[in-house]
Amino acid sequence: MSEVKYSKEHEWIKVEGDIGTIGITQHATEMLGDIVFVELPDVGSSVEKDGNAGVVESTKAASDVYTPISGEVMENNQAIVDDPGKINSDPENEAWFFKLKIKDKAEMDSLMNKEEYEKFSKESGS
Amino acid sequence: MEIKKTSLYQLHQNSNAKFVEFAGYEMPIQYDRGIIEEHKFTRKYSGVFDVSHMGQLFIYGDENLTKDLEKIFPVDLKNLELNSSKYSFLMNNEAGIYDDLIITKIEGGFIIILNAACKDNDHKILSKLLSNKYDMSLDESRSLIAIQGPKSVQILNNTIKGVKNLNFMTGNWFLYKEKKIFITRSGYTGEDGFEISIENHLVEDFTKELLEKGAKLIGLGARDTLRLEAGLCLYGHELDINKTPIEANLKWAISKQRIENSYFIASDVIKNQIKEGVKKTRVGIKPEGRIIAREKTKIFNENDLLIGEVTSGTFGPSVNGPIAMGYVEQEFSKKDTKVFLEVRGKKHPANICGLPFYKKSYVKGVS
Repeated sequence: MSEVKYSKEHEWIKVEGDIGTIGITQHATEMLGDIVFVELPDVGSSVEKDGNAGVVESTKAASDVYTPISGEVMENNQAIVDDPGKINSDPENEAWFFKLKIKDKAEMDSLMNKEEYEKFSKESGS
Repeated sequence: MEIKKTSLYQLHQNSNAKFVEFAGYEMPIQYDRGIIEEHKFTRKYSGVFDVSHMGQLFIYGDENLTKDLEKIFPVDLKNLELNSSKYSFLMNNEAGIYDDLIITKIEGGFIIILNAACKDNDHKILSKLLSNKYDMSLDESRSLIAIQGPKSVQILNNTIKGVKNLNFMTGNWFLYKEKKIFITRSGYTGEDGFEISIENHLVEDFTKELLEKGAKLIGLGARDTLRLEAGLCLYGHELDINKTPIEANLKWAISKQRIENSYFIASDVIKNQIKEGVKKTRVGIKPEGRIIAREKTKIFNENDLLIGEVTSGTFGPSVNGPIAMGYVEQEFSKKDTKVFLEVRGKKHPANICGLPFYKKSYVKGVS
């Protein structure tokens, strides 16, 4: 069974075994507007919880992407690099950013579940 | 200072606008469909922009007014036909640009359209330069909207008969609900279109009529991508007090006859820069990949020497790729010169290119 959790930086992570798939939330895409460029972490690189793991740019501005948990990047989604518009149309499914091998599952505890995230994103406004 | 709202604020809000503060005004940056859709809709069909934050300076006076304004602006106002417009600048003595503007000759005087962030300062400077001799006011009782895109002529002509007979950069007074509105065939998107100066209390009804006929509201976000694709300057980015019209590659806007024959503010500097050349100049820049080089991105040559800086950069929806404008040293300003843009610590290849990125379709000869 897979588990989906959310960060305060508006990333989601879906966990299957020791592999986590990470992307940005629908709420994040609504704040960003039309996404026109994305930069993803290299396969094989290590990323640290809450550290930098890429960039998304909308027509308006560039924003950093953070990883909600630490690990080694196993795969990145070339399809969204070639067509960043996919991130707006299907952010929490097809337009995942990267997959990582989770370093420490305990880091998941600090993340929010769906309900908590919805409340958080509503309260933090636009 | 309290943030100002235009007379279309309610309409923007009802249209689910996202607002942003711009030059002291709460302005719509985009609506529901987003910047890319709004941009494409304008190019394909017709977009309506609220540009009421811009200054509408009306100056009335006798023939001395034309003479006095020619001492300020580098345009041939004496030979400018009634209801015709020219793009120009307000400069300091070093040819630094206080503002770029559109000046239109009307019966008894001129209308000057000024940038929102500059209008109060421009007004002050002009009052001083003209020694308060003329009847001059920034008219806050009028709104300004633009309708841009290929279907705009049809849509606007439906409401205001006769606008289709205007040529690019000319205008006239028309009537709407028995009130005088001034319409020019102009705009800042690279598309055919019009700008309409209309009393505040009528602007919402007027705009709604255009929307009912198929035009859609477009925010400042798309206005920026549209003007950048069209290679047009935005004050505070491509133009400011430390840049001259010659450096900005806007020599075309300076009257040849005026440069040769008469004085205007900084005419000596302009003359000299035309003769001797300038160190830096405005260029178009096309990144080779998808990377977007934003304002202040440093530009390097092939030998890793810093040669300039980006002044505007975004994704061009119609070009379907990243585009930028910036200033580079003269010797690197030739088309197809390879340069490198430093984005987040990495240098990305790009090429100097001609402007505009997107070809214009202005109406020059209406039969």
